Amino acid sequence: MINQSKKVLNTNITKLVNKTYQYGFSTNIEKDIIEKGLNEETVQLISEKKNEPKFLLDFRLKAYKKWKAMSEPEWSYLKFPQINYQDIIYYSAPRSQKKKLKDLKEVDPELLQTFEKLGISLTEQKRLANVAIDAVFDSVSIGTTFQTELQKSGVIFASISDAINEYSNLIEKYLGSVVPIGDNYFSALNSAVFTDGSFCYIPENVVCPLDLSTYFRINDQNAGQFERTLVIAEKNSQVNYLEGCTAPQYDTNQLHAAIVELIALENAKITYSTVQNWYSGNEFGSGGIYNFVTKRGLCAGSYSKISWTQVETGSSITWKYPSCILMGDNSQGEFYSVALTNNYQQADTGTKMIHLGKNSRSRIVSKGISAGKSKNTYRGFVNVTNKAIGARNYSQCDSLLIGNLSNANTFPYISVQNSTTKIEHEASTSKIGEEQIFYFLQRGICLEKAIELMISGFCKEIFTKLPLEFAAEADKLLTLKLEGSVG
Amino acid sequence: MMLNSPLLDIKNLQVSINETEILKNLNLTVKKGEIHAIMGPNGSGKSTFSKVLAGHPSYLVSNGDIRFKGTSILEFDPEQRSHLGIFLAFQYPIEIPGVSNEDFLRLSYNAKQKFYNKPELDPLQFLEIINEKLEFVNMSPLFLSRNVNEGFSGGEKKRNEILQMILLDSDLAILDETDSGLDIDALKTVSMGINRFMTSSKSIILITHYQRLLDYIKPDFVHVMQKGKIIKTGSSKLALELEEKGYEWLN
Repeated sequence: MINQSKKVLNTNITKLVNKTYQYGFSTNIEKDIIEKGLNEETVQLISEKKNEPKFLLDFRLKAYKKWKAMSEPEWSYLKFPQINYQDIIYYSAPRSQKKKLKDLKEVDPELLQTFEKLGISLTEQKRLANVAIDAVFDSVSIGTTFQTELQKSGVIFASISDAINEYSNLIEKYLGSVVPIGDNYFSALNSAVFTDGSFCYIPENVVCPLDLSTYFRINDQNAGQFERTLVIAEKNSQVNYLEGCTAPQYDTNQLHAAIVELIALENAKITYSTVQNWYSGNEFGSGGIYNFVTKRGLCAGSYSKISWTQVETGSSITWKYPSCILMGDNSQGEFYSVALTNNYQQADTGTKMIHLGKNSRSRIVSKGISAGKSKNTYRGFVNVTNKAIGARNYSQCDSLLIGNLSNANTFPYISVQNSTTKIEHEASTSKIGEEQIFYFLQRGICLEKAIELMISGFCKEIFTKLPLEFAAEADKLLTLKLEGSVG
Repeated sequence: MMLNSPLLDIKNLQVSINETEILKNLNLTVKKGEIHAIMGPNGSGKSTFSKVLAGHPSYLVSNGDIRFKGTSILEFDPEQRSHLGIFLAFQYPIEIPGVSNEDFLRLSYNAKQKFYNKPELDPLQFLEIINEKLEFVNMSPLFLSRNVNEGFSGGEKKRNEILQMILLDSDLAILDETDSGLDIDALKTVSMGINRFMTSSKSIILITHYQRLLDYIKPDFVHVMQKGKIIKTGSSKLALELEEKGYEWLN
């Protein structure tokens, strides 16, 4: 019997599915770790290893106490086995990275090579000309490029560990000011055990001359990554921040619980873009990163603006709501998101826009793509308080389903407490079906191209918000992730 | 290929979907320059037949052969068949949100160019070509910037199919109820497009329910399909007879 062309289609699909996650390798390196498990002593040890000032140890211990008294949130549309927090390594650093390095030349070549393989070059000759990068490997930052160049314009871009000691007044003032220690279970956990991350400070009237970027790499199979990013934009300043992440392919799950805090003072603008490509588990749903992240920006001053753009393609579980607190009058918050899930991935992601200032405006554009047996949920909260006279929000949530077994949900909560507000909400659900694919094929256009076209059409609006180098990459990434999911 | 050898030669074709047999021992030979009309009651297998020719993956060919330009194409996937010169104008052209008609048409055109090792066209060069073809089906250039079939009226969708057929200039065009849902003016436009496409080196299979399309496009053969096979073949007069008497008398 000849099963005409289905056979051919299937071979194509198998070929495409078997294309491995290209960042799935791991680096074999001598490590300095703190034994598995979490107690007060672990927290003290982390602080000790990092030579932290007393205020930070107190901060951590307070967070640990809060965390112990809290329980995991249960309201999300996610299902996963109980996480054993005592079975996680909370501190894992390459041994060679123990002391502070004065120069990137001192970085372990093995580590440089790892980042090289990921397409992130830290060495002078090959690094990107217009992007400064902080590279974080498991628990520590291994190097930050262009530091001297940035310092000329007064911009501070350093690992948060360095910043804690060198700019402790700024850290003490702002750390935990946007995401309080006890904000949620994962933020409390992060506040207790965070090990590294990036710190960035843009002084008054400065437009940051380079895009700043942090690249996160989880390497250790048993370690969690708990990083912390703090970005402060003073009056009239501007910065573009990019974030990328990958992890090796293990059949166990790794926990990633990060916090990002952004502060925009009067008339300051922060654009924060993420391309998240953590290992998402295999086609049967085993392995992958649990990504529980709290990201929040405070538009503290009038006319300030914070814009989140995210392309979420990886992780076995994503729990993430980059939000804006629009405190300043005429401040603006934006959230542009593409979340793609395939196989058994689950994403519960969205945003919160809290309107406090007069005439504050927010815009939400969320695109969810679900393929395979995945679950993709948009969860949003627009809260307009009684003080936010003349506030406006526009939300648009579009879902795209691929195949018959995927799942898309939208939970847009809206709360308005004054009558001068304008709120708009639009939502749509569509599907890439076999018939659409067949239409393309019949016109001689191949499967890969067909999917690429449909996906990039669906995400067009978001991709234009990404920095140029990221946009092309995101387009490719989505296509790669989806290959083989149709047919 | 011999001058008189058939473009399409179907022998004892047996096709099923989900274990239901739809086509049973179907035989059909189409030579260059011929127009074949296939008529028949609903559910007789006409649309299945068109999709099987184009290589739709849902159908299982359990017996028989389809030879196109002398080669069996059963093992060929849909895009290969397209490149070889089989075009299907869909009964229900599908909407593709987010993809502009212009991009779609250009990619389709360039895919074929590439297959034949001919130069691919850039958007500007392509615009010149497509603008000229638009006139054949009386479509405004505004169609190009709209998404493929999205929000198109029934008539616009069908004209878009004919536009693609003319653009790709395939050797064999299968038109699946291209006339259904068209008003008289649209029917004329579509027919003009089809006649413009047709030459002595091409062939057309017209699947239709109505004689009225055949007023504009004169078929060389009319076949009646019933229960998955061709039960009668005649000249264009047969269509008139069917229009008058229905299908019952054939049993």
